[in-house]
This record gives sequence, C-alpha cells and structure tokens, in this order.
Amino acid sequence: MSNRNGNGRGGPDFSRRDFLRGSGAAMAATAIATSAEEAQAQDDSRRVVAGPTQITLNVNGQDRNATVTGRTTLLDVLRYDLNLTGCKDLQDISVDGADTVLVDGKATYAGTVLALQAVGKEIRTAESLRTGDTVDAVVSGFVKHDAMQCGYCTPGFVVATRAFLDANPNATLEEIRDGLGGNICRCGTYDGITKCALELGGGA
Amino acid sequence: MAERTISWKPRAENVVFGTDVDRIDGVVKATGAAKYSTDVNPQGTLHARMLASPHAHARITRLNVEPARAVDGVHGVYVFPGREEGFELQYDGHLIAAVAADTPGQAMDGLAAIDVEYEVLDHLVNEFDLARGAEMGRLKPQRAAEEGNLQQGLDAADVVYTGVYGIHTITHMCLEPHGSHCEFGDNGHLTSHLSTQNVSGTPGQYSGPLGIDAANVTVNCDYIGGGFGSKFRIGEWGVACAALAKDTGRPVRLHLDRATELKTAGNRPSAFATVTIAATEDGKITAWDSHHWGTDGQTGGTINAVPYVFTPPNRRVQTTGIVTNCGEKQAWRAPNHPQACALTDTAIDDLAAELEMDPYDVFLQNLDLTWNPDIYAAQMEVAAGLLDWKALWKPRGQWGDGPVKHGLGMALHTWRGAAGGGNCNLRVNQDGTVEVFAGTQDLGTGTRTVMSMVVAEAFGIPMEQVTVNIGTSRYPQCGGSGGSTTVGGMSGPTQRAALAALWQIFDKVAERHNVDADSLSASGGKILSGSNEVCTWRDACSLLGRMGLETQGTGPADDGLTSQQVGGVQMVHAAVDTETGVTNIVKYVAVQDMGTIINPRGAESQILGSMIMCIAYALSEERIMDEATGRFINANLRDYKLPRIGDIGELVVELYQPDSEYNRGVVGLGEPPVISGGAAIANAVANAIGVRVPVLPLTPKRVLDALRAQA
Repeated sequence: MSNRNGNGRGGPDFSRRDFLRGSGAAMAATAIATSAEEAQAQDDSRRVVAGPTQITLNVNGQDRNATVTGRTTLLDVLRYDLNLTGCKDLQDISVDGADTVLVDGKATYAGTVLALQAVGKEIRTAESLRTGDTVDAVVSGFVKHDAMQCGYCTPGFVVATRAFLDANPNATLEEIRDGLGGNICRCGTYDGITKCALELGGGA
Repeated sequence: MAERTISWKPRAENVVFGTDVDRIDGVVKATGAAKYSTDVNPQGTLHARMLASPHAHARITRLNVEPARAVDGVHGVYVFPGREEGFELQYDGHLIAAVAADTPGQAMDGLAAIDVEYEVLDHLVNEFDLARGAEMGRLKPQRAAEEGNLQQGLDAADVVYTGVYGIHTITHMCLEPHGSHCEFGDNGHLTSHLSTQNVSGTPGQYSGPLGIDAANVTVNCDYIGGGFGSKFRIGEWGVACAALAKDTGRPVRLHLDRATELKTAGNRPSAFATVTIAATEDGKITAWDSHHWGTDGQTGGTINAVPYVFTPPNRRVQTTGIVTNCGEKQAWRAPNHPQACALTDTAIDDLAAELEMDPYDVFLQNLDLTWNPDIYAAQMEVAAGLLDWKALWKPRGQWGDGPVKHGLGMALHTWRGAAGGGNCNLRVNQDGTVEVFAGTQDLGTGTRTVMSMVVAEAFGIPMEQVTVNIGTSRYPQCGGSGGSTTVGGMSGPTQRAALAALWQIFDKVAERHNVDADSLSASGGKILSGSNEVCTWRDACSLLGRMGLETQGTGPADDGLTSQQVGGVQMVHAAVDTETGVTNIVKYVAVQDMGTIINPRGAESQILGSMIMCIAYALSEERIMDEATGRFINANLRDYKLPRIGDIGELVVELYQPDSEYNRGVVGLGEPPVISGGAAIANAVANAIGVRVPVLPLTPKRVLDALRAQA
C-alpha cells in the first residue's frame, strides 16, 4: 500500500507521541470533577471531566455549544450535535479518512480527537467549502473530474485534498499519490481525485 | 398524422447525449450536504448497537438481556428471532441482540451488561481444503455435466495442461454500513431512511416481521454510500431497528459497526478449480475439464459459470460446495463472473505459455467459441494498441535479470445489462420547468444526471430546467439497482414519458400557430417547424394551462431504446518485484461497449472504479478466516487491504462506441468492467515472473511462495 509517512490524518505534525502525551496529561490530573465553567477553562489541559460537560467549539467560523462527556469524539459532536454530517463515521478504527476535518488548518481524523481536545481550536468541515453558489476550487475540481460515485468518502477526501494543496500548492503526481494516501474510497474514484489535485497544483 | 415512433434521436442530432456532463448532485455530495441514511438526525434519535457471536460455531447456553435494560441511557433491547438458550450460532458475527440508547457509548454499555454464555462447537472455515471438508462431512456435490465428448477432445489435442486456480472471498465493504433510521409517526406509519439499492422493493419487507401493513411503510434513500449488490434486503438488523423504534416510541438509528458489516452483511464467495485444458498446436482449444469448489457460507453452494465466455466443444464440469462457518453471501457486482473469469482466462493463459504462444493469439484463435467473436476481436485490437501489446510482449521468464520483472496479461468478459423495470411520472409546468418522479435510486452511477439528460435532450432545454426526484417509495415503482439495470431501466421510461408529453405539446403548438404538428421539433429552447422558429419552449408550455401536463413512462419495452449483452477486454502491464513479492500496475487498459452512451463521463467513471476494484481483489483484498478460532480476523479497514490513491498506476479507458453501438440502444454498464481485471492482472504477473501464482489476491506472500515453489 502507499507510503503514507508524514501524511497521517493527524496532519503533518500529528504523531502517536503527541496523542499519548495528551492522554497522559489528562490521566495524571488529580482533580475529580469540574463544573461546566471550569471545563471551559481552555488553557488548562490538566483536567479530568466526569459526566456531561458543556463546551464551546469554533466550527466553520462560529462558536457552537455542545454537551459532551469524556469519551465523546469531535466526530460525534460534529455529526450528531451540530448536524454537520459531511464527515462520516465508518464505524471503525480511524484509518479511512471519511471523517477528515481541518483542525487549525491541518487535516485531522475527527474520530481520533476527543471533543474536549478540540476546544480552543479552529475547526473546519466540508460544509465550509460552499457558500451559496460559490464553492472551493477543490469542490469544483472533484465535480469536473467526477471524482465521486456514491459520494460517501467524498467530503473527507475533499477536505484532505484542500489541506494537502494548501501545504503543497505545486504538488507532483508522486506527491499526490503519497500525500492523499490517508483516505479510502471503495467505489474507485482515485483517478479523478488525482487529476483534480494535479490540475489545481498546476501539473496538468 | 404520421406515426409517432419512440426512439432516441439520430446520433448526429444529439446536443446533450454523448457529451461529458457534470454529475448534477456533485457539489451537494462533495460538500457534505447530501444526506445518507446515517446522516438523518431528528431530535431524540436513539443509537443502537448489536451483540454478535464471538465464535465461529457455538450454542447459546445462557442469555439474559434484562441487565442491559437497567443501564443508564438504555431505552430498548431487541433479541433476534430464535436467539435463546440452545440456539446454534453459525459464524463469527451471527447476530444475537441489539440495544438502543441515548448515546452510542451507552448502547455499548448496554451490550456489555448482557449476560451471555456459549458452548463452543467444532467449526470449518477453510474454503480451499476439500479433504478437511470431507472429513467433517461438509461437502455438497452440486453438479456434474458433460457436453460433447471430453475424451475425443483430449485425444484431438497436441497439448494438455492442468493447473489449479482460485480466488478468495471478499466482502462488499460499503463505506456506509448497512442500516437505517426508523421512526413511527403518531398514525403508526413507519418511515425508514434506509441505505438501500432497492427503494421500491423494501417497504414490503417490513410488513411480515413487524406485523404492519406494507401501505403503512415509507422507505427513503436520497443517497446511498455503496451497495455493490448487498443492499437489496432490509436484513435482520433492519427489522431490529424498526422494532426498537416501535417499542421505544423514539426514532432509532441502527447501522452495523465495521466488523459486523464485514462479517454479516454479505460477501462474494470464493472459488477454486482444478482445470485441464487441451488444444491443438496452433492454439485451438479442443477440451475443458474442471472441478471447481468454494463456499458461500452455510448453504454450501458455489459458483457455476465455468468455463467463462468460451464454450469449448468438448467439456466436463463438476462442482462441489463446502458448508462453512462463514457469513452469508450476497450478490457482489457481476455475481459469479469475476470468479469464473479468474478460473478460465488464467487457464487459457497458461495453455498459451505451454504452447509457447502469445496469449493474445490464443484468445483470438478461440473467439469463435464466444457469443460474439467480432466484437471481441475489434476490442482486443483497440486494447492491444493502447497498451502497445505487440511491441512489448515477451514470453514468460524473458523479462531480464533484474529483480523487478514486467509482464503483460489480458482477459475478457461479458454481461447482460438489460433494462430493469421502471416507472416514472413526468410533469411539464406552465413555466417550462420539468419534474420527473421515480422510486429509483442512485448507487453512484449518476441516475439523476442520466434522467435529467434524457429530458433535456428530448425537450431541447437546459438541464437546469429539469428536476429529477428519486429516492422514496412514495414515487412510482422501480426495480432495484442490480444487474446493471438502472441506466437502461430509467432512461427508457423517462424518454417514453418525455415523448408522450412532447407530442401533446406539439399538438397544442400546431393548433395555436396553425402549423403541421408532424413538422415540429424541439431544440435550443425553441419549437421549430422545419428550420423555422414557431415559438419558445416556454411559450409552448404556457399553452398547457395552470395544471401543466403530466405523463407516465414505463419499462422495459421492446421499442429499441434499450438492448442487452456487452463484451469487454482488459489488458494489464504489471511490474513485480521478485525480492519483495510486491506487484505494481504500470498501465491498465479497459475497452468496453455499452450500446448508446448517454453520459461518457459517468460511463468512464464506472469503468475506472471497476478497474480499481479489480486491482483491489487481484492484489490485496480478501477475507481472512483464522483456522484455529474460526474468526474473521481482518474485519476492519486497516487489515482488510484496499488500494489507496498511490496504488493504482496509469488507467486507460476506451469507450467502444461505433455507430453500430449507438444504434442498438442503452445497455447497463456498472458490472461488466469489474469482471476480467482479476484474471488480466494475474496473467500479467505470471508473464512477468514465469510462474503462475494460483490464487488471488496475489499478495506478496503468495507471489514469493510461487517463486520459491518454482525454484
């Protein structure tokens, strides 16, 4: 399968070590429970949350409130509380990219991020790539090259492509084949996605 | 008045047909606005999760679901029919119970509270080992048939070759899991947002199990996240979802988790064969003798379409099914054909190697054994040109001394693709806008786009003026999307309804403007008499009055709009690293006919997608059953290996469309191109490394094993 080093859906800077460090900090904390107000203290990463807690997430440029528990993922909040269902839950360990969103500009598997970890970050979903009749160039490119069939993986792939092109504006074919390896499509739309990314990268 | 005949326009007069048209729901899909069954989110929806057997074969010795009801957030518990003490679970993933709760986490907590114990029984999951199956009494002889005279065929041959071939079980791996969102209204009406490729055919499936009238069920499916043949039925889980909604009085969402999706929701059965194939020294096949076997789970059936496409005059076929503790099969894109092709065209390729001939020449030499030698010969020539076959081809084992060996392989296929059943209502409004209503669905093939193109072409209006409404059982009944029947099945009725409307409009225009109705045509937003403009489309529609006009279209019909049976040829240039066993696709060519092509871009997408699916099942994708535990051990997206974007190589699609194809009418396309790629890739690998890797997928281990066995 593709070499995907450096392009995991945690984004270029995401690492297993960072993830473990984050979890470790939470586990090391000694506080038992916090009030909703305390949970909103976004600068305190050393906290343990028990029971339902209200948080505010910045999603697609708006502050949105949600009530979560410690095990609620960002994906759960986006899909079920905010009805932003472009990011999909494939009911699996996150390796597929259908849940890709931008977290502070980095392509991220929303199913690997706890909602509490997303507080204070700027989150963007596929829905943000369309305003009225205006759509992001990646969206038009996907349509032009028919880089979709059933469409279920498509919003995640579109977001991943947006982030990839932001980081690699003149991507080569090899870079595209490597850099978009974090998303799976079952219908087989990779050819159209490659052509779209190549064209937007000036390579086609 | 001259007789009005139903037909497509002559090819040269088309404005919309045959042009690359953007998928009309492309932006909606790409930006997440398209709502799938999983995305239906009314307030108060409960989340359901299911308990499934952790054993390949076991008896339930204890089952108490009551503790689940006491779990915080749990509102409903459902036990699947018959699952009580004494029930024999037949495979890893066999469903037992479902729990509905406020959150997915609470539903999982509910499952954990269920008190269940099992007595583990003996199991068989080995799909290949006939001796083991016989030992356990699990074999089911299916069929033995002889045509012609096998012995005479063998006697007439100069070369007789025997080989073993196979292809493992794969699953559908729909990215949107099977399932539904069910809600009962105050009037007892069930609305199911179901992930289905069978919108019109599913409401009735709720009726018996739930004891409600079919008329009291609506199924909606605006978008479906993959079906590939596995989503015609609501499934036991579909009944569970509706039952939980009924019991709790709340909307319930139940979609399979990924592991259960792979284990329970269907699969494409395995197939293995010992083949003896014989030919004269010039490559003419004289005899075929095969014994093939495989499993489709507990029923113990196996495929029966061998030899494939080619029918040697003297042939004998025996089949044996194996009853295994594996999940139940479902139709998988071109059921039986990919397996049959992988058992047949590989044997022909090995025969060519034995004859020291170019397999291209052996396939060509035997086209008279197919249903349509002319079309295959023409397509082979086109494919060979695109791959540069004649210049590149070398005999096996002659691709140089380096570790990476190149090779070429080919195979061919056929599929019926006749139009399915379809009905639609078509409404022309006074302002010239048009609406079509049909209880069909879009699997991803672009049903909405195709129907919209048909109307735009017939009326000579922009596609923006046409709205296609599909995806609910409230609309006129249509067949399920299976067998590549939808584009033919829906374009026909849409054209019939459109022409019926157009002719009424022509009559009104003729009367109003005092022209001959037979002289009228519609194009460019105008009604023309000969080449003179009579009025605009909108003016013509204003003659319809406030109600507008509504017509019906039905199908299939024998009026030339649709046809059936296609051929197709695929050729592959692969590179195999003999040190690592890794195969890469260098270039892969598909040549495909499909009659009248409505949207070439959509057609090309279907073929490209099929080619990538072929790469998947040829090189990496398989269900892996652990013999010791009987469990499906790679039932997740990490270990069930699908290609990623970097794994596909250069893909070349050629839509084979001479006028003879245009003139024969629309034929379905979704399935045929997914058939022959597996055999073509396997043949390219054999050509590269000089030895047959007998069983697909050709994983690095299997490639290295074959090389070692040869050494």
